This record gives sequence, structure tokens and C-alpha cells, in this order.
Amino acid sequence: MANMAQAIRMALHYGEKNLGVTDIFGEDVGAPLGGAFTVTQGLETAWNSPLDERGIVSTAIGLGLAGDRCVAEIQFCDYIFNTIDLLKIAGNTLWCSNGQYNMPIVVMTPVGAGIRGSVYHSHSFDAWAARLPGWKVVMPSTPLDAYGLMISAIKDPNPVLFLKPKSLLRVRGEELLPGEPAEKELKSMIDAPIGDRSKWKARWPKLGEFEIPIGKGKIVHEGSDVTVVSYGRTLPLCVKAAQELATQGRSVEVIDLRSIYPYDWQMIRESVQKTGRVLFVNEDTEVTNFGEHLAYRVTQELFYEIHARPRVLAGKNLPGIGLHPNLEEASVPHYEDIVHELREVLEEVP
Amino acid sequence: MRQVQSTKSKAQMKTRPSAKKAAKKPSVKKTEKAQAKDRALGLLPKNQVLQMMDLMVKSRVLEERLIKVYKAGDAFFWIGGPGEEAFGVPLGLLTNKGQGPAYDYLHLHYRGTPTLIAMGMPYLESIRLIMNRATDRSTGGRNFANHYCYPEWNVVPVGSPIEVQYGMAIGTALAQRRRKMKKEASGVTIVTGGDAGSAEGDFASCLIWSSRPGNELPIYITVQNNKWGISTPFSEQHGEKNVADRGKAFGIRTNVVNGNDPIESYFQIQGDLDYIKKNTRPVLTEFHVSRLYGHSSASGANRDSGEDPIELFEKRLVDSKYVAPGFVKELWAQYDVESRQAADIARSEAGPSKDTIWDHVYADGENADWRKF
Ligand SMILES: Cc1ncc(C[n+]2csc(CCOP(=O)(O)OP(=O)(O)O)c2C)c(N)n1
Ligand SMILES: [Mg+2]
Repeated sequence: MANMAQAIRMALHYGEKNLGVTDIFGEDVGAPLGGAFTVTQGLETAWNSPLDERGIVSTAIGLGLAGDRCVAEIQFCDYIFNTIDLLKIAGNTLWCSNGQYNMPIVVMTPVGAGIRGSVYHSHSFDAWAARLPGWKVVMPSTPLDAYGLMISAIKDPNPVLFLKPKSLLRVRGEELLPGEPAEKELKSMIDAPIGDRSKWKARWPKLGEFEIPIGKGKIVHEGSDVTVVSYGRTLPLCVKAAQELATQGRSVEVIDLRSIYPYDWQMIRESVQKTGRVLFVNEDTEVTNFGEHLAYRVTQELFYEIHARPRVLAGKNLPGIGLHPNLEEASVPHYEDIVHELREVLEEVP
Repeated sequence: MRQVQSTKSKAQMKTRPSAKKAAKKPSVKKTEKAQAKDRALGLLPKNQVLQMMDLMVKSRVLEERLIKVYKAGDAFFWIGGPGEEAFGVPLGLLTNKGQGPAYDYLHLHYRGTPTLIAMGMPYLESIRLIMNRATDRSTGGRNFANHYCYPEWNVVPVGSPIEVQYGMAIGTALAQRRRKMKKEASGVTIVTGGDAGSAEGDFASCLIWSSRPGNELPIYITVQNNKWGISTPFSEQHGEKNVADRGKAFGIRTNVVNGNDPIESYFQIQGDLDYIKKNTRPVLTEFHVSRLYGHSSASGANRDSGEDPIELFEKRLVDSKYVAPGFVKELWAQYDVESRQAADIARSEAGPSKDTIWDHVYADGENADWRKF
């Protein structure tokens, strides 16, 4: 099975072949490296840009104004912060022009902890991104979702921020992509060789179109006692926690939100109405966290239908994530935290 | 929506000169003896010289009307380009206007009225913008004066953040370079902005990205140096003699010209655009201009001292007997009437209604209000 890096690469290839993508660019995105996480290896329209995040985002905006389709990369979301006003502009161009200029661009960036990345390779961006009106924001947790969300992002006439959970980029999926060959064959076809790559060219499988609609979540584990809503790195941990609690007779429903904005409120609402309890899990810092918005909404709209306080489990409100595993684990949610929080929500007596 | 009186300047109506045709073949024939005194005037056909005078006055009268509209309490804020006419009008005349990469892109700052007037923008549209009317075709009442947006002329939305247009211009120029390399029709990208803003990193981005070896961009990087950033003098913050000198490190062709002289500006812009088209390479030109009503209404929008490009040009035209001494005054009065009529129309129009705030957050009418997800 493809891993998420390969899946995104194949979606980008599909985009340049079938959806009019003209430029896939950013720092070390082109040959020979093909991206810090190999996501852009072998792509025809991939090129290396100057080391200039503001230049990358503003060039994407200009390409969008000209009607070309691009996917721009910020190498780590930790370095996207000096582009925040440009992200605002991308999000407000259609609105400020009273509907006259679309901004059909995709910006992708790896996010989150889990690779011992220390202070500047472990940031999250979902809470910040949720405060960029005009953007759509997605974060997959499986290769197939990554493939389908990238295709939807490219097709979308609005700016889409595609957050790549970096600790999941090497994890293989459990579902085949449309047109995906066997694992070994895939590797020999689309992974650049170690060493000299000057003569290497990717051989692409015949891929099929597959879209995950932006704004639609997925129930990845059905349950009836409590709902947990997550996305990205923490999502598989929530599934594992649900499996563990199932052995103890507790039934946990896990929603992979997949889209942070617009988000699938109908799915959350129906699930919480069924379970009466909810936990939101993500790893961005906890103060003014996106999960807080969802918890607030549950409180406002479902107050009389729930049996426990809605909770948010998120990253500690710290200026950084320390390198030592003890520091990292104490800073962002990990498996035991999720199990613990779920037990608390389940055991709460109104 | 655009029930507008005139989109053509008075001179255009009288003589209908083709700026573009004339631009390709500047006539060096002297049409009047008096031109011997002012050789530069004779480089352009007389009707084109008069057209520039006309458009400069037309633009100034509009800006002064916008200021009056502000002072009368009919607008919240004014910012604009009085003092940049001798640069902005020739730029508008020389721009190949149209929609899409086959035509020139304009990434303007908030002093672009002279350029838009030269391109044919009617008064009413600018006044609707400053009065934030629902009929404001640039922003629908959402943004400030001089924040124009004309997709049919590739005038991309003018924004308030200083200098970001220099980065976005890279993208449109890249789209044009791609087409040029495929031998498809392609225009150039033109970006304008102030001197103080050139301290922002986006200016450096523009120089670097437009001169990547083997990927040089068809981009006209211009700076309108009025020697001020609000209240801060250029001389106190900038050690470089000219902003344009910074282009030299990148092998970019650079120029510093008197942007208060419309003839000098005209030929500079024309030559620069020709070079960019021919070579698919950037040019950086700094135009020294005036800021005649201060920074904006925040500093009072009162007449400042400083060289007035219109007065200077009028004097040249009178000295060279192109026009009689009262000519400009009369033109001024005519445009003043037109501007007042336009203001009266805009004043009578409604603002945008409250229920439109969610319009155009997303394309194609898609809901962006989380309450309705
Ligand atoms: C990024 C940013 N910083 C600050 C401001 C506030 N501001 C508006 S205009 C201006 C001065 C700009 O000077 P200059 O670039 O020389 O242009 P000019 O107004 O003189 O034409 C400043 C500081 C802004 N709009 N954007
Ligand atoms: Mg200035």
C-alpha cells in the first residue's frame, strides 16, 4: 500500500496530468530532492524556489490571479508564520474584489509533532489556519484521504491549505488508491533512487480520479457511549484508544474530521446526539484552539442533550516543543492522554 | 451598472489619437516652430501631448473631487495620487489593456488614479468607491478610495498592506513567461509602489525571483519615490542613493527618472516595456514624483508644497504655444462640472446591505458561515 507521501505525490501527478496544475514549487520541491518528505519526487511541474516563504505564497497568489493552477509548499509550517498577512490576502481577495477574482491555489505544509523535530519542526497550524477566513483547510490521516483531498483541493476555486501530518507521511494505508499497483512495484516506479538521480524519471501508474469532498468527515470507528473528534496525527491514536476501550466494554465513536474548515457539523451533531458525550483532540496549542470552537458549538446547540462537559485535549500552551521525548510527550496529546480523557468523559456523572 | 457620461478624455474625443500607434512610431517631426525651445515635446505628436495634458488634469480634478467628497463627510477616508500624474498617465496609455496573461497585468498601489483615468475609468466609478456604495464596481463598498479592481483590464485588487504587490507580481509574470516560452500571446507585469515600502522584504523578493538565472521574468518593477513614507523622510532611513540601484546587484536594468515630466516618463516607460517584451527580462525604474496633498486624509489632505507636474507641463505647453494661457483653466472647469455631477449621482446611491457580508467569501456562492454548516 502507498504511504501518505506517495499518495500525495500521485495526486499531484494526477493534478498536473488532468487538472491543469502548472506549478508545484517551494524550497527543495524540484529535483533532485523532491521535497523534504519526498512528496514531490518525479513530478513534471515541480521546481525549486528561492528560500523565501513570502515569495512562495505571493507567487502562488499571482499565479492564482492569472488563472493558473499551482500547489505551493512551505517546507515546514513552523516557517509559514512570516507569510500570515499574505495568507490573509489570499483568503480575502475574492471578498475584497466583490466576487471578481477567485484565488484557486493550494498551499501544502507539513505540520505537527512526532518526528522529534524540536522547537521548529513540530509546530501545528490548524488553530491558526481556522482563523483565515476565505481559506479551506484540510488535514488527512490516511493515504487514500490524502489522495482524494488533494484532488479536491486542486479542483476547488478557493484557496486550500493542505496540512500534512508529518508523522503519518511514512505510514502505509489500508485501502488502495484507484490505479495503485502492488507496493514493491509502486516503490520502483515512483520513489527516486538513492544516489545519482540525474537520469531518473518516475513511471506513473494509471491513476483514477477520486475525490474526498472538502467539508465531509468520516466515522472511522462506530460507537455509542462517547464521540471523539480528531484529525491528523492524533486520529489513529484515537482509533487505537477506541479499540482499547472496546475491550473494556466501552463504545467509542471516532470521527476523522478531515476538513477543518468548512467542517462537518452535521456529522458531529448527529454523533453527539447519539452518544451524549464528546472529546475533541488535536495537537495545536490549547488556548484559542479549533477544538474549543467545536466544544463551544456543542455547548450552544446541544447543551440539553449531553451528559458530560464537552472537552478539548490539545497541545499545552507552550512557546515550543522540546526535543527530549519526555518534553515532547508532555507537550502534545499522546495515546495515554487520549485514553485517560475518554475515561473521564465517559465516567462523568451529570 | 456603468451608466457613465464619458470614458474618453476630452482630447481623445476631439482628436482620437491612437496612443499605441503613436508609441510605436514616435514622430520626430516638429509640428510647430516654437518647439525648438522644448525639443522633448516634439518627440510626440501634438495631439498626444495634448491628450496627456488633458488626462493629467482629468485625473487631478477627480482626486480633488475625492478630497472634497471626504471633507464634506461623504467618505471615511481618502488616499490617492495627486502629484503622480506625469508618471501614471503615460503608464496607463502604454499599458496593453485586456484580460488574462496575454495582456499586461497591473499591480498598483493606492495612488493609481492617473493610470486608471488614462485607461478609461469613468469618474463615477472612482467616486462610488470612495463613497463605499453598493454600486462600487471595484469592491462593492468594502474597501478604501483608490483600491481599484478591474479584471477586464488586469488591474488586480489594490490592497492596503504595503509592498505585497511586488511579491504577487512575480506570479502573474511567471504565468506570462510560461506563455511567452510557448510562443503564445503574453503581456508583461507592471508593479507600482512607494519608496518607503521598498524596505519591505517583498521588494527584495521581487528582485530575486524576477532575475533567477534562466527564468527571468517579464516584469516592470517601478518605484514612485515621493521621498516620504507618511511622516518619515526617505533620507533618514535609506543609505542607498537610489532605490533602483538595488536592482544592479541582480543584473537588472535600472533607471532613475524625473516622474514629474510626462514626456520623459512616457519614453522611459515605452522603452522599458519594449525591452522587457523583447528580452523577457525585468526592468527596475524609479520615478521621482510629488505628493501634493500629503499622505492621505489622515494627515489632512491639504495642499502641500512641492513641484506640481501639471503646472510645469502647462507652462511648457503655453511657452511652446501648444495651448493658450487659459486652456488648462477651462479644461479644469469642464472636468470639475463632470466630477460634481458624478459625485451627485454616487451620493444618491445606496450602500451595500447588511445581508451581503457573507457574499463572496467562497466562490460560486458557496456558504462560508459556520452557523449553516
Ligand atoms: C505593511 C504595512 N505597514 C504599514 C502600513 C501603514 N502605511 C500606509 S502607507 C505607509 C507609508 C508608505 O510609504 P511609501 O511606500 O513611500 O508610499 P507612499 O505612501 O509615499 O506613496 C505606511 C507606513 C501599511 N499600510 N502596510
Ligand atoms: Mg513615499
